[in-house]
Amino acid sequence: MSAGLNIPGGTVRDPGFPTERENYLTNSKGVLSWLFTLDHKRIGVMYLIGVTMAFALGGLLALALRWHLLDPDGTLFTNNIYNQVFTLHGAIMVFLFIIPSIPAALGNFLVPIMLGAKDVAFPRLNLSSFYLWIFGAIFFVMALCASGLDTGWTFYTPYSTTTDTSVIMATLGAFILGFSSIFTGLNFIVTINTMRPPGMTWFRMPLFLWATYATSIIQVLATPVLGITLLLLVAERTMHIGIFDPEYNGDPVTYQHFFWFYSHPAVYIMILPAFGIISEIISVHSHKHIFGYRFIAYSSIAIALLGFLVWGHHMFTAGMSDMTTIIFSALTFTVSVPSAIKVFNWLATMYKGSISLTTPMCYAISFIFLFTIGGLTGLHLGTLATDQHLHDTYFVVAHFHYVMVGGTLVAFLGGLFHWWPKMFGRMYNENGGRFSAFLVFLGFNLTFLPQFILGSRGMPRRYATYDPEFATLHTASTHGALILGIGLLVALIVLLMSLVRGKKASANPWGGATLEWNCTSPPPFYNFERAPAVGDPYDFHSIEWDEENERYVTVDPERKIAPEEEPTTEPAHADKKH
Amino acid sequence: MSTNDADTATDPHGDHGHDHEHPAFLAHHFDTPEQQYDSGKLGMWVFLVTEVLFFSGMFCAYAIFRMLRPEVFEGCSQFLNTTLGAINTGVLLFSSLTMAWAVRCAQTEEYKKLTTLIATTLSCAMIFLGVKAIEYSHKWEMGLLPAGMFSYDPAHPHHADAPNYLLWICLPFALIFLGTLIWLISSIVKGNKFQTACLKPLTIVAFSFFIGIGLGTILESGNKGESHSTASDSTEHIESADHSSEIASVGHSPESSQGGHTEYGVMERLAVDATNSGLKNELKALDAQSELATGTVVLDHSTDVDATIKRAPRDFLTPSRAGVFFSIYYCMTGIHAIHILAGIGVLVWLLVRSVRQDFNRQYFGPVDYVGLYWHLVDLIWIYLFPLLYLIR
Repeated sequence: MSAGLNIPGGTVRDPGFPTERENYLTNSKGVLSWLFTLDHKRIGVMYLIGVTMAFALGGLLALALRWHLLDPDGTLFTNNIYNQVFTLHGAIMVFLFIIPSIPAALGNFLVPIMLGAKDVAFPRLNLSSFYLWIFGAIFFVMALCASGLDTGWTFYTPYSTTTDTSVIMATLGAFILGFSSIFTGLNFIVTINTMRPPGMTWFRMPLFLWATYATSIIQVLATPVLGITLLLLVAERTMHIGIFDPEYNGDPVTYQHFFWFYSHPAVYIMILPAFGIISEIISVHSHKHIFGYRFIAYSSIAIALLGFLVWGHHMFTAGMSDMTTIIFSALTFTVSVPSAIKVFNWLATMYKGSISLTTPMCYAISFIFLFTIGGLTGLHLGTLATDQHLHDTYFVVAHFHYVMVGGTLVAFLGGLFHWWPKMFGRMYNENGGRFSAFLVFLGFNLTFLPQFILGSRGMPRRYATYDPEFATLHTASTHGALILGIGLLVALIVLLMSLVRGKKASANPWGGATLEWNCTSPPPFYNFERAPAVGDPYDFHSIEWDEENERYVTVDPERKIAPEEEPTTEPAHADKKH
Repeated sequence: MSTNDADTATDPHGDHGHDHEHPAFLAHHFDTPEQQYDSGKLGMWVFLVTEVLFFSGMFCAYAIFRMLRPEVFEGCSQFLNTTLGAINTGVLLFSSLTMAWAVRCAQTEEYKKLTTLIATTLSCAMIFLGVKAIEYSHKWEMGLLPAGMFSYDPAHPHHADAPNYLLWICLPFALIFLGTLIWLISSIVKGNKFQTACLKPLTIVAFSFFIGIGLGTILESGNKGESHSTASDSTEHIESADHSSEIASVGHSPESSQGGHTEYGVMERLAVDATNSGLKNELKALDAQSELATGTVVLDHSTDVDATIKRAPRDFLTPSRAGVFFSIYYCMTGIHAIHILAGIGVLVWLLVRSVRQDFNRQYFGPVDYVGLYWHLVDLIWIYLFPLLYLIR
C-alpha cells in the first residue's frame, strides 16, 4: 500500500478507494433512490444542485440590473420592471441561496462525517426540510414572477399592505423556507450534541462544527420570529388586523422591529458558517495548527448571541428615540470584536505556516481581504452621524455585498473546492481553479469598490436611473459584474469538468486531520463502520506526504501489544476453584 | 412531532429481547436506545424553544399595543367570557395531567391504561375546541372582529342577518364524528379487532367536541340569566337587550349623551350580553364615579372598585381602536387553537401506536415528546387566559 513511503517506526493508515457498492453515489441506482434517500450526503448534494440553480437565477438577474445601469436613463427595463427585478434578485439570493448555501448544502454533507457519525440525528426530518425548501422555492419564485412583487425582499409596511402584488403568496413562500431552515438547524444542534464519537469533547470539534452550531442556534431562535411576523403580515392583508397598518391604527415601525429581529441574526446565519470554512481551509492549507482555537470557537458563539442585540441599526433613520439609536449603535460596535478576533487568528495561523496556494487557499485569502473591507465599512454605517448620510445609498449596497458575496459566496466557493474531492472523488484542474479565484476577486472588487464611492457621493440605492455624473463609476461597476460572472462560470466549468476527466482523488488530498479525511473519497454510504479514533483536529504531526502515490496518509506511531509476555495457562486462583 | 420518527417496532409480541444488539425500534444510526431517546428529547426541547419564540412575536404585539392603548384593552376584554375561559383552563390542565400519567404508563407498559389516558387527553382537547367554538361564533355574530372587519354596533349587538357561524364550525366535527362512527360499526361487523380497539376511543373523542359545545352553551345561557337579572336590578332599560329595535327607538347614542345615568346606556345593554361577564364590575365603577362627580362622597380607596376602569374613556368601541384588541385576541387564540389541532393529530397517531403496543420500558420516547409538546400548548394557554380575559 505504501511502497515508497519510508517512515521509521510507524504504520500507515489510508482507507484507499471505495468500491462501487460502498460509494454513496453509486450504491443504489435510479432517480427514486435519490428522491427518497435518507442519506445526509445525498441530501447535501441535492441541496447543492438546488442552491446552485437558485444562485444562477439570482446572478443572472443581478447582471441584468447592472446592464440596465450602464446608461444613466437605464437601458433595459421600465422603472416598474426594475423594481420587480431587484426584488427578485434580493429575495432569491437571500432566501434561496445564501441562507441554505453553506449550512444546508455543505453542512449536511460534512456535519455527520466530521463527527464520525453514520447520519444526522433525524434523517427523515432532514429529507423533509429539503422538500420544504424545494416546495417553498417553487412557491416563492412563482409568486414573485406571477404578480411582479416590487416591495424589495424586506416586505416593509405600509407599502406591502397596500400594493396589489401578491405579497401573501411570497410571504407564505418565505414562511415555508423558514421552516426548512429551522428544521435543518434543529437537526444539527441535536446531532452535534448527542452524536459526537467517544473522545470528541467540545474543544476537539473542528471549527466548522462550532460555526455550524452557532448558526443553528440563530436559525432556531430567530426564524420563528420571522415566521410569526410574516403570518401577521398575511393577516394584516387579509383581515386588516391593525398591528402594522397605519390605516387601522397600526404601527409600521413595529413591523421593521419584528422583521429585523430575524433578519439581522439571519445575516450571521449567512456569514458564520463561512467563518467555519475559512478556519478549516486556512489551517489545512497552511499545514499549521490553528492559532487560538478556543478564541475562534467562542467568538462564533459570541457573534451568534450579540447578533440578536443589534437589529435596531437597520432603523436609525426610521424614527426611533435618540436613546435607542445610541444603544443600538454601541451594541453594533461590539460585534466587530469577535469578528476581528477571528481575522487576527487566521492571520496568525498563516504566519510561519507552510502555505500551499491551492484553489481553496486562494479563495480563503481573498475572503480575508474582502470580509475585512466589508466589516470595516460597517463601522461607518454603525456610527449614527455618518449613517445619516450613508443610509439607503450605494454605500450600504456595497457594504453588504462585500460581506455577503465577498464573504459568504467566496467562502462557499472555497469550501466547495476544498471538499469537492471528498464529495465526488475527483480532483479538479488546480490552475483553472486558481484562475477562477483570481477572476472572482478582480471582478468583485471592480463591481463594488466604485459603489462605495457612489454611495458616499449620494447615489441612492434601488433607483432605476441616475445623474450623468455617476456614469463612469456605474460603467466600471457593470464591467466588474461581467468579470465576476465570467469568473463564477469558470469555477463552475472547472468543477464540472473534473467529474468527467478529473483524476481520482485520494482519501486525504490536502493533508487535513479532521475526521472526514479518514474515510474514502467519496465516502461509503455508511460513512464509518465504527467511530474513528479522535485526536486534535488541527494536529498535523501524524500526516505525511506520500510522494509515490501523491497523497497524504496518516501515520500511526508503532504500538506494542501489551502485555508482551504470554499469560500463564493456569489462572492464579485456580486452586481455589475446587 | 416529526422528530420522533424512529423506526417502529412492528411486532411487539416477538421476543427480540431488550438485550439484543440492535432492537427494531432503534434507528440504524444510533448506537444505544439511550442515545436515541436523548436525541429525540433534545430535538423536542429545541422545537419547543422555536414554538415559544413563534408566540413571542404576538406577546410582543400584545405588550406594545397594551402600552399604547390601555383603555382599549381594558374595555374590550370585558367582552370575553371569564367563565368559559376558566373552564377551558381547567380542561387543559386536566389534560396535561392525563398526558403526564400516560408517559408513566408507557414506561410501565400498561397498555390499556395508556390508551385510556391518551383518549382522555384527546377528549379534553376536543372539549376545549368545543367551548372555543361557542366563544368564537358568539363574537362573530356580534361583529367583534379584527380591525378591518369590526362591525360591532352597541345599539344592535346581534346582527340579524349573520350566518349561523356555530353550525359551520360544528359541521366538519360532525362529519368526523359520523365518519369514525361508521368506520367503527363497519370494523365491528368485519370483526377487525385492531381497528375496533382504535376506533372505540376515537369515536368518544370525536363526540367530546359536542360535549364542549353543550358545556359552553349551558354555561353561557346560565351566565346570561344571571347578568340579566343583576343588570335589571340596577337600571331600567335593559330587558330590551334582545329586542334591538326597541333599543334603537330609545335612541341613546353613547357619544351624544353627556350626563347622568343615560351615559351608561351602552354599558348596561352590553352587560346583558352573556359574553360580557366583566361589565358588572365596570357598572359598579361607573356608579362610584358618578357618586364622586356629584360630590356626595370623597374618593374611598377601600372599595373593591377597580380604579383603572374609572380612567377608561368610553370611546374604545370605535372599530379602528377596538379592532386591535380583537385582532390580537384572534391571532393568539387562533394560532393556539391550530396548535391544539396539531396536538390532536399526533395524539391520534400515539393512540394507534399504543393500541398496537409499540412502546416499552426502553422505547417510550414518542409519548414523552408529544407529552412535552402538549404541556407547552397548555402553558401558552395559561399565559393567554390572564392576559386576555382576566387583566382589566
